[in-house]
This record gives sequence, structure tokens and C-alpha cells, in this order.
Amino acid sequence: MNIVVCVKQVPDTATERKLRPDDKTLDRDAVDGVVNELDEYAVEEALRLKEAHGGEVTVLTMGPAKATETIRKALAMGADKAVHLSDDALHGSDALSTSYAMAQALKKIGFDLVILGSESTDARTGVLAAMLAERLGAPQLTLARKVEVNGSAIAIERITDYGYDKVEATLPAVVSVVEKINEPRYPSFKGIMAAKKKPVEALGIADASVDASAVGLAAAYSEVAEFAAAPPRAAGTIVKDEGDGGVKAADFLASKKFI
Amino acid sequence: MPATRTLPTREAADLIDLTRALASKELAPRAAEAESEERFPRDVFLTLGRAGLLGLPYPEEYGGGAQPYEVYLQVLEEIATVWSSVAVGVSVHALSCYGLAAYGTEEQRREWLPDMLGGELLGAYCLSEPHAGSDPAAMRTRAVRDGDHYVLNGAKAWTTHGGHADFYTVMARTSDHRTRGISCFLIPADTPGLTAAPPERKMGLTGSTTATMHLEDVRVPVHRRIGEEGQGLAIALSSLDSGRLGIAAVATGLAQGALDHAVRYAQERETFGKPIIEHQGLAFVLADMAAAVESARATTLAAARLRDHGLPFTAEASVAKLVATDNAMKVTTDAVQVLGGYGYTRDFPVERYMREAKVMQIFEGTNQIQRMVISRTLTRPGRGGITVVGE
Repeated sequence: MNIVVCVKQVPDTATERKLRPDDKTLDRDAVDGVVNELDEYAVEEALRLKEAHGGEVTVLTMGPAKATETIRKALAMGADKAVHLSDDALHGSDALSTSYAMAQALKKIGFDLVILGSESTDARTGVLAAMLAERLGAPQLTLARKVEVNGSAIAIERITDYGYDKVEATLPAVVSVVEKINEPRYPSFKGIMAAKKKPVEALGIADASVDASAVGLAAAYSEVAEFAAAPPRAAGTIVKDEGDGGVKAADFLASKKFI
Repeated sequence: MPATRTLPTREAADLIDLTRALASKELAPRAAEAESEERFPRDVFLTLGRAGLLGLPYPEEYGGGAQPYEVYLQVLEEIATVWSSVAVGVSVHALSCYGLAAYGTEEQRREWLPDMLGGELLGAYCLSEPHAGSDPAAMRTRAVRDGDHYVLNGAKAWTTHGGHADFYTVMARTSDHRTRGISCFLIPADTPGLTAAPPERKMGLTGSTTATMHLEDVRVPVHRRIGEEGQGLAIALSSLDSGRLGIAAVATGLAQGALDHAVRYAQERETFGKPIIEHQGLAFVLADMAAAVESARATTLAAARLRDHGLPFTAEASVAKLVATDNAMKVTTDAVQVLGGYGYTRDFPVERYMREAKVMQIFEGTNQIQRMVISRTLTRPGRGGITVVGE
């Protein structure tokens, strides 16, 4: 089975994230990049499927040169090779144009199964899996907490508010995963050393047959009009319980329209 | 804040990243409980072993990570920042593999080293005896040749991992010659007659088991002797310098951990209307702690680089051990001071760090022994040499 895992480098959530004042995009140079956490679960699931069914795991990432750190991590975990889609023209792409560029790259790579995390910790749109599936003409199986492959049949348990739905499809397909699906492995030092020798193919937009006018900040359908730093958290109010604590708590929640 | 590091290679940087992830997610959440319950965390060593962290300074062909000491010691330090008992264990394990790796025959290395470095097994090192610590040549444990075996009898004190290890590197007397009458043996834990006494009840490092190992008619095949008969003390002494660097790194990491706690606390705790870190009297204590940690790190890594270049490093290893452990004692003591009354309680980890620092001035050669080693080199010829490396 030919599995492609899409991973994204995101700013470390433990650090203070900032937008660039000039073009209002995320300032990726100002903070440490880490692998988007849910994508680690996607890599783990891809590796487990490969271990069970054979095949090959390819990592695909779209991002600036710095995103090679993320590729190395996925390769150290055990992926076989990687494709790095990187081009200055892609800077500022929104979800729609990102899905276009990624889909073009995926068509070039070829796949039986595409796996990705269900959302990233930076933009949090959570729509990429659906968009990719649409652009690739493949079924989408999103928010999976369990994946089973049997020949060309794939079934997932899709988490819902009330439990889970069982969703079935035929490969090739696109799957997004949630953190309940597995426990990602740590790379080993041997994996880190082995990653050095694994092939990483660099793709520009021309290599992936991506139309430059359809990507980047200028082509984005959404635009950040303005932004401001979040105000510092105000001090909380302490209510003393004089027998009416419950009422006061309820009043507070009602004032915030929670109840 | 984690230490700022420079590393020689990309993979070494990735290795530090991996170590930090393991330290923060697998080690740190369990340290306080295991230490207070005096429980040896054998499974933690499996986690580290499977990640490849138990064979880092040994050659790749025997399953090691082929990392220079400059890198290996920084890994040790990162582990010690969250849990020094475990870092001590990693250092002792490396020490227990040293004799075979450096003095074993090719056949012996091929047979045993891959398993010892593979991460599933844990080693222990038996040199000291109840009456012979700083002076190992005074040892009495005997190995008497009997056909194609040696029969060992005696007791080895202060054995880290005693009773938990899978193999023991044991020094024992094969003749009466004080220094050339000692030999080195690699003994599997399940060898009949090899038993551990109840663990020592220590002041600190309570998650790390320390026990006296008793040897009663322990039969060891001749092919498990490492090096020549009589070479044991030379093997032990040559491994000591590397072991001292290991402890210097552990002490540096421990001090870094104490500094991190103290800085965090000083930002949160307020007196007279502002965080205590904004009071200069307290801020200067923290500054001195930071300076002590940085100088310990620099001294340790300078000695490590000498070793990595194949240059003599005995005196420098002793300097590093002395400076790093004395600094760790000072830094951890000051960390308790920064936290005030809370620092003196067991609800905060700094009192434990302080107890852990104390033993580092004692084991792997007391700091008085280190001063002895250093002072002996002061009048030696050949000082002041200039060596070019890296060309």
C-alpha cells in the first residue's frame, strides 16, 4: 500500500505566536517550529498500516525551507521518503489554495491512501482533508479514531458528539485522524541516523504543475483585515459563599449566557 | 528554560530534541513519586534503551550510537535536568560496558557488546569494597583459577543497580600484587552465588538502587575475563576518567534543573508588591547560580572535547568533576534558599535536588581525590603544550 502522510510545521504552541505586520501572515521565523501534533498521530497510523499490510510511507509537507525539520522527524519515526513542496509563490496561501497545491503534489506522487491530522494548531481550519478529497476525487473519511484496511476496502470510526459513525469506502481515499487513534512512537537514535540517508525530493510549484496565479497571498479568498494582540487576562472575581454560593455561580454563568 | 546548546551535527541536535521529549513526557512526570517511594524505575531504562540512549558513546559496529563525548554528555545532562537518578544510571551503564569495549577481544565484543548496548539490558560496575573506596588497590575479593573457570569470593560495595542489573563488570584479585594482581570479569546476573544485599538507605538518589554484591563461589568461565590477568586495575583506572565526565554532566544537569525551578518560582512569588526576581538581592543569587551552571557546563565539555580528540584528559576530567559537583551543591542549596520555607518542604523538588547533589561530591572519586589527581599534574612536564585539532 502506498501511503502518503501530510505533515505541517507549526509554531510551538508553548511560545507566543505573532503575525507579521507587513502582510499579516504568521511569523514563522520568530518562533520554534514543531510538527503539528495531530500529524504525529497520522504518521504513527501510516507506519502501523505499513507494518500490517506492507508498502511504503511517503511524507509530504508544504512549507518554507525550515520545514525540513518536520520532515526529518517523520523520517526518524520510520517513514521511507519525503517530498517537500516549497516555493516562495506559495507564501500566504489560504486553505483553498493550499489544498490545490497539495492535491497537485499528491497526484504527482501517486497514492492508495492519504493520511493527515484533522487540524493544525496554527490555522485550525480543519478543512484540508475534505478539500483534498474533493480535489482528488477520492472519498473522505475524516476524524478517524480507528482505521481498518482490508484489501481495497477501508473503514474508519468517525468520532461524533454522540459516539462514533462507521464510515466505509474503497481505496484510494483520504483519512484524517484524531488523537484518540494511537500513541505516536518516539523516534529512536537509529531512526535519526537512518533518516539522514532517506530520499527527500524538493518540489517547486512548476514541478507539481501548480498554477502560480492560483496560490499565494494574492490568490487567497480569505484576507486578514486587521489584528490586535489579545488583551491580558483580567483578574478573576472571588465570590464568598455565604450560603448563596450556588445562586451566585448560576447568576454569573447566566450573565455570560452559558445557561 | 532549557540550556542553550551548540552541537557538532544535525543528528546530534535531533538527538537532544528526542532526549528533551523523553525527559519531559516520560521521565519528569514520574520522578518525584519514584524518588519518594524509593522505587527503581527499571522500565524507564527500557524506554531510554529502545530510543538508543544506552549505547551512545560506543562504536556503531557493536550497536552503539558512535557519538562523541561532547554529545553523549549533553544527553546525560538533559536527562539529569529532570531526573538525576536515571542519568546516574545511564552513566553507570556506560561505565559497565567500558571494560569490554576498550579491552575485550574482538570475539568477546562481538558476542556480548551488541546486547549490552542494545537497550534491553542494564549493567552494573563493581569496583569498591566496604573498606576500599578511594583506594581500590586495597581490594580483597578474590578470583582463584580452577580449570577453565575462576571462582570468585568477596563483597563489592556501593553497586549502582545492584540486584537489578543484567550483567556486572567486576574487579577481583587474581594475585597478591597490589596493583597488577587485579583482573576484570563480565558476569551475568543469574550466575549462581552472585547475590545483592538489601539496598542502602541513602540520603538522596533514592530512585537509584545501591547495594553490596556478595560473591560466594561464583564460577566464571575464563573467556569472561576482560583483558589480561592482572590488567583489571588499569582497566578500572582508565574508565574512571570517562566516568568522572559522566558525573560532571549529571551534576551540571541537576544544577540546571534546580536553577530552572528557582527562576520559575522567583517570577511567580511576590513580596512587597512585585515578583521576588525583581528584588536585586534575590536576582543576584539567581545570577550566581546561572554562572555556576554555565561554568560547570563549559568545563565539562572542554574536557569532553579533549577526550574526543584523543588527547590526555585525566586532569581536566577531575577538574570538571570537582567544579561541576561543587557547583551543583551550591546551586541546589541556593535553590532551596530562593524557595524559602517552601523549598524546605517535600512538596517542592529542590530539597531533593540538594540531597542528590551531595553524593556527587562523594562518588566517582571524592572531590578530595579529584584535588589529589589535579595537584599531581601541576608539576608534570609537558604542560603548556599547544595542539592543533580540526585541520
